[in-house]
Amino acid sequence: MSLHVGLEQFLVVSAILFSLGIYAVISRKNAIMVLMGIELILNAANINFIAFARFGIMNLSGQVVAVFVIILAAAEAAVLLAIVLNIFQQLNTVNVDEVDKLKN
Amino acid sequence: MAQTIYQSFGYVIPETVLSIVFVLTLLTALIKKGRSRHLPAYIAMAGFIVAGVFVSRQAGVDQLVFSGMYAVDPFSWFFKVIFLVTGILIVIFSMQSRELAEGSTKYSEYYSLIISLTIGAFFMAGASNLLMMYLSLELVSISSYILSGFTKENPRADEASLKYVIYGAFSSGLMLYGISILYGLTGSLNFYALNQSLASGTSSQVTLLVAIVLMLVGLGYKISAVPFHFWTPDVYEGAPVTVTAFLSVTSKAAGFALLIRFFKIGFIDVGAQPAVAGMWEIFRGLNWTDIIAVLSVLTMTVGNLVALWQSNMKRLLAYSSIAHAGYILMGFVTLTDQGISAMLMYFVAYLLMNLGAFYIVMLVANKYHTEEIDGYAGLGYRSPYAAFALAVFLFSLTGIPPTFGFVGKLYLFAALIKTNYIWLAIVGVLNSVVSLYYYAKVVRSMYLVQPAENTRIEFGFGTNLMMTILMVPNIALMIYFTPILSWAEQSVRMFGLH
Repeated sequence: MSLHVGLEQFLVVSAILFSLGIYAVISRKNAIMVLMGIELILNAANINFIAFARFGIMNLSGQVVAVFVIILAAAEAAVLLAIVLNIFQQLNTVNVDEVDKLKN
Repeated sequence: MAQTIYQSFGYVIPETVLSIVFVLTLLTALIKKGRSRHLPAYIAMAGFIVAGVFVSRQAGVDQLVFSGMYAVDPFSWFFKVIFLVTGILIVIFSMQSRELAEGSTKYSEYYSLIISLTIGAFFMAGASNLLMMYLSLELVSISSYILSGFTKENPRADEASLKYVIYGAFSSGLMLYGISILYGLTGSLNFYALNQSLASGTSSQVTLLVAIVLMLVGLGYKISAVPFHFWTPDVYEGAPVTVTAFLSVTSKAAGFALLIRFFKIGFIDVGAQPAVAGMWEIFRGLNWTDIIAVLSVLTMTVGNLVALWQSNMKRLLAYSSIAHAGYILMGFVTLTDQGISAMLMYFVAYLLMNLGAFYIVMLVANKYHTEEIDGYAGLGYRSPYAAFALAVFLFSLTGIPPTFGFVGKLYLFAALIKTNYIWLAIVGVLNSVVSLYYYAKVVRSMYLVQPAENTRIEFGFGTNLMMTILMVPNIALMIYFTPILSWAEQSVRMFGLH
């Protein structure tokens, strides 16, 4: 009996990735780890788009979105890393909790 | 009718012009290193003016271009004019800013980012496709992350940009996940197709609810509505004043434009009669108007109450801008044409008074080297004209009669009363009363507190002229607001509605 992989399996994987991403953003103190969490969320959405385009409704727009999202994720990561690098040079830390000069 | 791709280019000339100017501004970094500080500023300003000429030709155009990706209609036209005026004013402010002159040498990059943010805002105002919506939102966001940390030797600006990029990337990621669910439910990315699919009523209510909440996170972050506002005070305080002023108008207005278009086109039962009653028919189990009303009340109340304790001027204006997002959301609750035209009119008022207030804050920071309210002590004696102008802007923000802010609020409340949201109008009025306290606190500091030293500090002729240019419409439009009102009323038209 062959193992059938359908829409549901993809959606479950994406939901797990999405939850892990949120967990990483909330629990991690290291800015790079937070970035990893954000990447997980974006990729979870990507899996959704591609799975829906493949199994759900027969149009390609989902796959097109995924391509755009990959590019945007790279741009966003570049900007975030540049900002974190600058923070590290100025304050000598990448811990988001230690960057709290502005009053709350 | 949808246009072919080739024909579509005729409708995006302003955006094309801005893109070219973006590259030109960036190229000025290569020539004459460090010598021509203002060259990119002049190019940027010329670009805004040329784009303005092309935008003015689009008045009354009502088209959906690029296979339904982008709408060029009176509604987006209104916002484009707002973005261009803001862009020109911000370029002028930036040329006078001491903070930027000392904090950075990379003027070409600064002005090109101002332009790219404006391009993103243009696309946000017209986006009628979920992909377009996400891309334009990210174009605005990424530009603003870099801008808010632009003076990168200043640790406060660094912190602002770090907080901004983490909040922003997280909320737009959540929004993207919401978009992916919506795509799965409806099988289309187009707002109009979304509406048709939802109207057939086959979608699962719970899934739809999850998707909409996730979308609201992304949009709520952009307009800094409570509870997605946490980044606002820190970013507004840490970023350079010119950038704060820019974000508080352009980025927020673009967020509202997208919010209104997304909900109005995607989620309104167009067939319902009367249109007002059938607004949210698709969600039968949920009263969405009440949820937005609660969001609006929370936003303005939290904004106003927390502002009471602020001692930093930029932070105070940040909370005040949160409160103003709450006022503007009140018009969204009604979702009638009258409510939306009141919102549009309020944007004109908000642009004038908010940019004016930030301009004076920047001038005071230039000459007095302070952003604290205590530093404003005796400003009324030391720089009488600037103090008077700031008082006018602050009273306009409060909504006190001889200013345009009053007319803006009046129309918002009138729209609410007409749709029987009297309780919401009362909350709005009470909030305005609370806001009077902290705005008046600044005025009191300027006129009633004796300063430590008494030397007069005068600003140049150009600066005084600029203050006058910003101040006159704040008062003149109170007396003669008919043109703005009729412009706002014509601009509620979106492609495919009416």
